[in-house]
Amino acid sequence: MNLDLPLIWAGLMAIAVLLYVMLDGFDLGIGILFPFARSSAERDTMMATVAPVWDGNETWLVLGGGGLFAAFPFAYAALMPALYIPIILMLLALILRGVAFEFRLHGRARSKPLWTAAFTAGSLTATLAQGLVLGGFIQGVTLRDLSFAGGRFDWLTPYSLLVAVGLVAGYALTGACWLVWRTEDALQGRARRWAWIALVCVAGLLAAVSMATLFVHAQVAERWGWNGRGFDLTKLARLSPIPLLGGAGLAAVAIGLRARSQGLPFAGAVAIFLSGYLGLAVGFFPDIVPYGMTFRQAANADNTLALLLIGGAVLLPAIFGYSLWVYWIFRGKVGADAGYH
Amino acid sequence: MHLDALLLSRLQFAFTIAFHIIFPSFSIGLACFLAVLEGLWLATKNEAFKVLYLFWIKVFAISFGMGVVTGVVLSYEIGTNWSVYAAAASPVIGPLLAFEVLAAFFMEASFLGVMLFGWRKVGPGLHFLASVLVAGGTLMSAFWIISANSWMQDPAGYVRLANGALRAADWGQVIFSPTFPLRLTHMVLAAFLTTALVVGAASAWRLLKDPEESESGLALKMAIGMFAIVAPLQLLVGDMSGKLVEKVQPAKLAAIEAFWDTQRGQAFHVVAWPDRAVAGNRWEVSIPKLGSLITAGSINAEIKGLKAFEPQDRPPVAVVFWAFRVMVGLGVAMIGLGAWGVWRIWRGDLARAAWFLRACVVMGPAGFVSVIAGWTVAEVGRQPYVVYGVLRTADAVSPVTRGEVSVSLVAFISIYALIFGFGALYILRLMAAGPHARAQPDMPIMVRPPGYALAAAPGEPEERS
Repeated sequence: MNLDLPLIWAGLMAIAVLLYVMLDGFDLGIGILFPFARSSAERDTMMATVAPVWDGNETWLVLGGGGLFAAFPFAYAALMPALYIPIILMLLALILRGVAFEFRLHGRARSKPLWTAAFTAGSLTATLAQGLVLGGFIQGVTLRDLSFAGGRFDWLTPYSLLVAVGLVAGYALTGACWLVWRTEDALQGRARRWAWIALVCVAGLLAAVSMATLFVHAQVAERWGWNGRGFDLTKLARLSPIPLLGGAGLAAVAIGLRARSQGLPFAGAVAIFLSGYLGLAVGFFPDIVPYGMTFRQAANADNTLALLLIGGAVLLPAIFGYSLWVYWIFRGKVGADAGYH
Repeated sequence: MHLDALLLSRLQFAFTIAFHIIFPSFSIGLACFLAVLEGLWLATKNEAFKVLYLFWIKVFAISFGMGVVTGVVLSYEIGTNWSVYAAAASPVIGPLLAFEVLAAFFMEASFLGVMLFGWRKVGPGLHFLASVLVAGGTLMSAFWIISANSWMQDPAGYVRLANGALRAADWGQVIFSPTFPLRLTHMVLAAFLTTALVVGAASAWRLLKDPEESESGLALKMAIGMFAIVAPLQLLVGDMSGKLVEKVQPAKLAAIEAFWDTQRGQAFHVVAWPDRAVAGNRWEVSIPKLGSLITAGSINAEIKGLKAFEPQDRPPVAVVFWAFRVMVGLGVAMIGLGAWGVWRIWRGDLARAAWFLRACVVMGPAGFVSVIAGWTVAEVGRQPYVVYGVLRTADAVSPVTRGEVSVSLVAFISIYALIFGFGALYILRLMAAGPHARAQPDMPIMVRPPGYALAAAPGEPEERS
C-alpha cells in the first residue's frame, strides 16, 4: 500500500486542533463569561454544563502536543521554543482553570471566591495565550536549518494581540451559544444577551483579523489575490466559500438568537470557527511552521508514521465513538440541581 | 549562558515531573481500588462497599484533576525545553507517547465524566464499566509511559543512520525493551502500595476517632492485605530490577551503591558520604562482601565501580545513593507495617490497636516519598545521558534563554505550591470527615455541585426510576 503518510497525519492533526478549539472553546468561553453571572448558583449551573466533558475536551490539546511530537517532530521542536512564553502561560492558566472545577466545590466561605476568580482568570489567560500562539504562528517563525532561530518576543506583535482579543470574543460567543443550548429560564435569557454582545464583537474582530492577516506575509496576500490595492477576483472567488461560510455562521447565530432557537446559535458559532480556521489555513498550507517548513519537511520517519497510523486507525474511531456517547449521556438541559438526575 | 538555560531546564523538568508523578501514582491505585469496591458492591450488595466507593471517589476526583492539569504541561515541556531531544528521539518513541494519549488519556477523561456524574444517567452495569475503563486507562497510561522511559534507560531495537538520526528497526524491541517488564511491574506495584498507604492512613485516622466505624475498619483491612502481599513482592521485583541495572546501566548501579573501584567482593555501604570531587566516599559504614551478594547474587562477583567510567560519564552519586536508601528503607517499613497489621487482624483488635493505627497514619505519605525517591534513582542515575549512551542531556536542550526559563520555573513553583496547598487541604478535610460525612454544613442541600460524588449518588432502588 502506498499511503501518503505525512499528508494523512497533517489532516489528522488539523482535525485534532480544530476539535480542540471548538470543544475547549466553549469550556473556556464559559470561564470568560463567569463574572457576568448573577449568582454563585448560576455559576454552578454554568460549570455543570461542561463538568462531565471538559477533561475529554482538553485531551485534544494533549493530542495536539503529543501528536505533533510524534508525527511532526521538527515542527514540534521548532514551534515550542519559538512560542515558549505564551505556551507556558497557557499551560499555567489551564492548570488554574482545570483545578477550579473541583476546588470550587470544596472551597468554603473564603476559598470558593478564590477558585471562582481562578476559573475566570485561568480561562481568560489561556485564551489570550492561545491567541498569541496562533498569531505568532500565522505571522511566521524564524528558522535556521529547521530549528528556531528567532527572538524570544517575536510572537508579541500588534497582530498577535489582535488575534488574541479576537479569540476571546470567539470563545465567549461559543460559550454563550452553548449555554443557550444547554440551560433554561433566566440563565438562558442572560446567555442570549451575552451571545448578542459577543456576536457583534466577533463580527468586527473577524473582519479586522481577516484584513490584518493579508498584511502579515506576502504568501497570504498572494493566495487571497490581494495586490496591495485591490483583490484579484478570480482568486478570491475560488476561496469565497470560506468567507461565505463565516457570514452564514454569523447570520445563523443572529437568526437563532432572534427566533429563540435552542441549538441554531451554537451551530452558527461552529460554522464561524470553521470558516476562520480554514481561512487562516489557506494562507500557510502546506507549511506546518510558517513560512519555512512544510509538513513534509517536518514529518517523522515513514515507519514511525505507519505505526502511528495503525494505532490511530484502531483508537481514533473508538475515541470518536465513546466521546459522542458521553455527550449523548449528558444531553439535555442542565438545571440548578445538576448532577443529581 | 547556554549552560544556565540547561541547568534551569533540568530543574524545571525535574520539578514539574516529580510533582506530577505524585498524582498518577495515587490515581492508578485508587482507580483500581474504586473499580474493586464497586464490583464488590454489585456482587455482594454490602452497603459498606458503596459507602467507601462514594467516599473515595471524591478524593479521586481532586487527585485526578491535579494529575491531568500537571500532565498536560509535560506534553508541551518536552518541546519547549528539550526540543533537540524531541526531534532526535521522536522517530523511535514518538508513537509510544502518542499511544499514551490515544489509548489512555481519552478513555480516562471521557469515562471519568460518567463515573462522577453518570449515576442517574446510566445503569449500574454501565457505571461499573466506566469505573473499570478509567482504571484500565490509568494502567494503560503507565504501560506506554514506562515503555518510553525504559527505552531511554536501555535503548533497544533502533539504528543510527549515517546522518546521526535514529530510526526504529524493530518495534517489538522498542516497546518491550529489556528493562520494561520489570520496571512496569515495579511502578504499578508502587502505585498500589502508595494508594494502600493513603487508604490505610485515612481509615486508621477515622478509627482512632471512632473504633466502631465499620467501613473504615473494612478499608483498613483491605489496605493491610495490600501491604502484606504487595510490599514483599515489591522488594523482590525491585531486587530483580536492580540486578538488571547492574547489567545494562553499570554506572547507575555503581552510583546506587557508591562503588568506586571495580572489584570482587564489594562491600555494602549501609550509609556513606560519596563525593565525586574526591572520587570516593568521605566516610562509610559498610558490611564486607555483602555488596556483591546483593547486586549480583554472589559474594565473589566482580562489580564495576564508578572509576571504570570517565568522570564526565559518571552520574551524580550522593543523590542517587541516598534516594535509593530512602526508597528501600521505606519499603522495608511497609513490609513491617503489613506484618504488624496481619498480626493485629489475627488478634482481632485492629480497630483499637492505637499504636498500630498511629503508625498507619504516619506511614500515609510514605508511598509518595518512595515513588519520588525511586524515580530520582532512575532519572538522576541515567545522567549524564537523557537517552542512555545515545544522547547527552547537555546536548538535548532547546534554544531558549536563561531569562525565559527562570521566569517559567518561578511561575511553575508558585502555581504548583498554590494548587498543592489547597488540593492537600481539601483531600485531608474529606479524609478527616470520613465516609459518613453527608454534606458540608455550609452547602445548601438543593444545589448539588458537580463532582460532589455524594450528591451524584444513586438513591434507594425505588427512587431510581
